[in-house]
Amino acid sequence: MSGILLAGGGVLTPRGEARADVLIEGGRVAAVGSLRAGPDGATAGRQVIDVSGLVVGPGFVDLHAHLREPGQEWKEDIASGSQAAAAGGFTAVVAMPNTDPPTDSGHLARYISDRGRQVGLVDVIPAGCITMGMEGLRLSHLDDLFAAGVRVFTDDGVTVADSGLLRRAMEYLQSRGGVIAQHAEDPGLGRGGYMHEGWVSSLLGMGGIPALAETVIVARDLAVAELTGAAYHVQHISCAGTLDLIDAARSRGVSVTAEVTPHHLWFSDRQVLSMDPVAKMYPPLRTPADIDALRDGLRDGVIDAVATDHAPHAAHEKDVPFEEAPNGVTGLETAFAAVRTALDPDPGLLFERMSVAPATIASLERHGNWIEPGIPANLVVVDWHEQWAPERFLSKSANSLFAGVPLAGRVRFTFSDGRLTHDSRLDIPAPSPDSGRLR
Amino acid sequence: MNFLTTEGLPRNDLEEILDLADEFTKVLSRPIPRVPALQGKLVANLFFESSTRTRLSFERAARALSADVMSFSASGSSLSKGESLKDTALTIEAMGVDLMVVRHRATGAPWRIAGWTGCQVINAGDGAHQHPTQAMLDALTLRRRFGDLDGLRVAIVGDIRHSRVARSNVFALTALGARVVLVAPRTLQPVDREGWPVETTDDLDGVLDQVDAVYLLRIQIERGGASVFPSLPEYVSRYGMTRDRFARLPSDAVVLHPGPMNRGVEIDDMVAGHPRALILDQVTNGVAVRMAVLFRLLGGK
Repeated sequence: MSGILLAGGGVLTPRGEARADVLIEGGRVAAVGSLRAGPDGATAGRQVIDVSGLVVGPGFVDLHAHLREPGQEWKEDIASGSQAAAAGGFTAVVAMPNTDPPTDSGHLARYISDRGRQVGLVDVIPAGCITMGMEGLRLSHLDDLFAAGVRVFTDDGVTVADSGLLRRAMEYLQSRGGVIAQHAEDPGLGRGGYMHEGWVSSLLGMGGIPALAETVIVARDLAVAELTGAAYHVQHISCAGTLDLIDAARSRGVSVTAEVTPHHLWFSDRQVLSMDPVAKMYPPLRTPADIDALRDGLRDGVIDAVATDHAPHAAHEKDVPFEEAPNGVTGLETAFAAVRTALDPDPGLLFERMSVAPATIASLERHGNWIEPGIPANLVVVDWHEQWAPERFLSKSANSLFAGVPLAGRVRFTFSDGRLTHDSRLDIPAPSPDSGRLR
Repeated sequence: MNFLTTEGLPRNDLEEILDLADEFTKVLSRPIPRVPALQGKLVANLFFESSTRTRLSFERAARALSADVMSFSASGSSLSKGESLKDTALTIEAMGVDLMVVRHRATGAPWRIAGWTGCQVINAGDGAHQHPTQAMLDALTLRRRFGDLDGLRVAIVGDIRHSRVARSNVFALTALGARVVLVAPRTLQPVDREGWPVETTDDLDGVLDQVDAVYLLRIQIERGGASVFPSLPEYVSRYGMTRDRFARLPSDAVVLHPGPMNRGVEIDDMVAGHPRALILDQVTNGVAVRMAVLFRLLGGK
C-alpha cells in the first residue's frame, strides 16, 4: 500500500468544513472521512501526517504572477517561482505573458507550461498576449495560444488602449472561451505618474496616477464586454470606483470578474512617504478608504479572487530612487497570510477567493475543487492561527512589502497531484524533481 | 545629521539657521571673507542635474568655511557609463567625504544616498519635491528686508505643481509666521494640498494689493506650456509680473525669483532690474545661508 493520510484536519468539503482524514493515493484524493479506526484502518503502510488543528483545503490558484522566464531569469525563473508558489500553498499559477519575448504565440506558451512540468512543483499555466509583442497594434495568435492551453489573455503591464482592437479580441474569443484580462490604466491620465495621485504625491512633487485612470478604462471595457458578450476580467483592482462599475455591470448581466492583490488590501499611498521603491507598483497603492472598499468588495464577492501580481525584481534594480525603480512587489509566499490577516474570514470564504474562484476564471478544472474523493490531489494544509513575520523568501527576489510584518496563518504543506511540494517543517524547499534529490 | 527638507522643521531651528547666516554675512563682508571653521572637512557637490548658481553657491560657502570641495556634475561622469547612483555615492564616500550636497531629478534621491552612505547629506534639490536651502535664503532675504516674517503676506506665483522651490518655501515661510497664498492656474496648482498651511487662488490680480512679497517661479519654457497651459503669451497675460501689475503692488512690496529668470515671461525686464526686486540679494544671501547649514552639520565635530 502507498499513499499519504492527512489525519484529523478540518477539511473543506463541498458541504463545508468538517473534521476528517484525507487519503491521497495515485495523485488523487481517494477517500475522505474517518479512515483510521478499525481493522480496515487506512494507516497501515501509509505515510501518516498528523494535521489535527490544521485546515485542509484546495490548493491556491494564482491568476497573476510574473515568473520572468524566458528573458529575465535574474529576477525569477520558473523553478524559483514554482518553489515560491508551492511555499505559498499554490498548486497552479497563471504566468503573465510579459516575458522576453512576450508570450504571443503557441510555442512560447508551450515552453512555459513544459518548464513548469519539468520543475514539477505547481501547474504553470501560461497566459497569452492579446496583441503581438504587447504593442497594442494587432491581435496575437489567439487560436494558436488557445490550442496551447491558454485561457487567460492579457497584455498585463500595458493597457489595450485601442477600443476597436479590444472589441475585436473580445469578439474573436467570445465563442472560443477564455477570458480577456485587462491591466486598466488610461495612458493619457497615467502619463508621467509614479504613484497614486493625491496629497502624498502632491507633497512629494511626484507625478500622480489618478484613480480615474483605472475607472475610465474599466467603464469602457465593460461597455465593450456588454456589446460582445465576452468574458472580461479586471486585473489588480486598486480603487473603490472600480467596484461600483463592476457591481453595476454585473447586475446588467455583463460577464465580468475581478481580482485584488494582497498588497492593495494592506497598504496605502502613505507607504510612499518613505520614498522607498519597494512601495512602487502599478496600479499604485491608493488611499485608506480604497483599502476598506477593497476588503469589503473581496468579502462580499464584488471581487471574485485574490491574485498576487507577484513581480520579482533583483535587489540592485530597486536600490535606486523611487521614480527610477521598476514596478512591482513579490507576493506568492505571503498571499495566504496577508489575506487571512486582513479579512479574518471563515476558511470557506478564503478558499473560495484564493482557490475556487480563480480556478473557475482561468478554466482550470483540476484545481479549486472542494475536497471529496476523486478530485486531483491539489491541496494545501494551513495553520490558521500561527503568528509569524516573513523574513526569508524562496523567490529569487525579496522586494516584499510584507517583510517583517506580523501575520496570522501559515502554509504548512502543499500537495500537487498528490506529491508533497512544500513542507514547512523543513528549513529548505521541498526538493524538486529536476534537482535530482526527489524519489 | 542631514538637511533634506523644510517640512516639519520647527521655527526654532529655522531661526537658528537664519541667525547664524546673519553672522556669516558679516564674515563675507570682511576683507578676507574666510573663517577656518571647517578646515580639514571635505564636501562633495554631487549635481546629477545641471545647476550653476546653486553649485557655485555651495562651493563658495564651503570655501569660505575653509572646507575642501569636490564637485561633480552628471555630464562626463561614470553615470554615462551606466554606473548606478548607489555605486557612484559609495565611490565618492570612499574618498573620505564628510558631507554630500546632492541635486537629482528624482524625488528622494538625497534620502536614498543618506541611507546608503555614512555621509551627511544636504538636499540641493530633488525632483519637484524639496530645495530647502533655497527656502532658507528666501526667508533670510525677506527677514533682512522686513525685520520679521510674522504676518508677512507672500504670494508664490507660477508652476507650483512642479516646483521644489514652492514646496520648500511653503513650509519654511509659514513656520516662520508668514501667510502664504499660492497663485496659479489650476493645472499648475498641487492636485491635493491637504496639509499645506496655505491658501490658493488662480487670480493674481485679485491678490496684488494685499501682499508684501511676490515670489515668481520660473516657467519651464522647455515645457513649452504643453498641456499645462495654452501658451506663453496667455500665461504672461494672467500671471506675468508686468510693469502694470508691479505698479499695483503696495509701495513697499518686493519681488523675488529663484532664478534663472525668463525675462519677459514670468517677470518683466524693467521689474527684474527694479530696486524692489531682491533677486541678487537672494543670491548673496544664498552663500551665507549655505555656510550656516554646512556649519551646523559639520561644525563642532
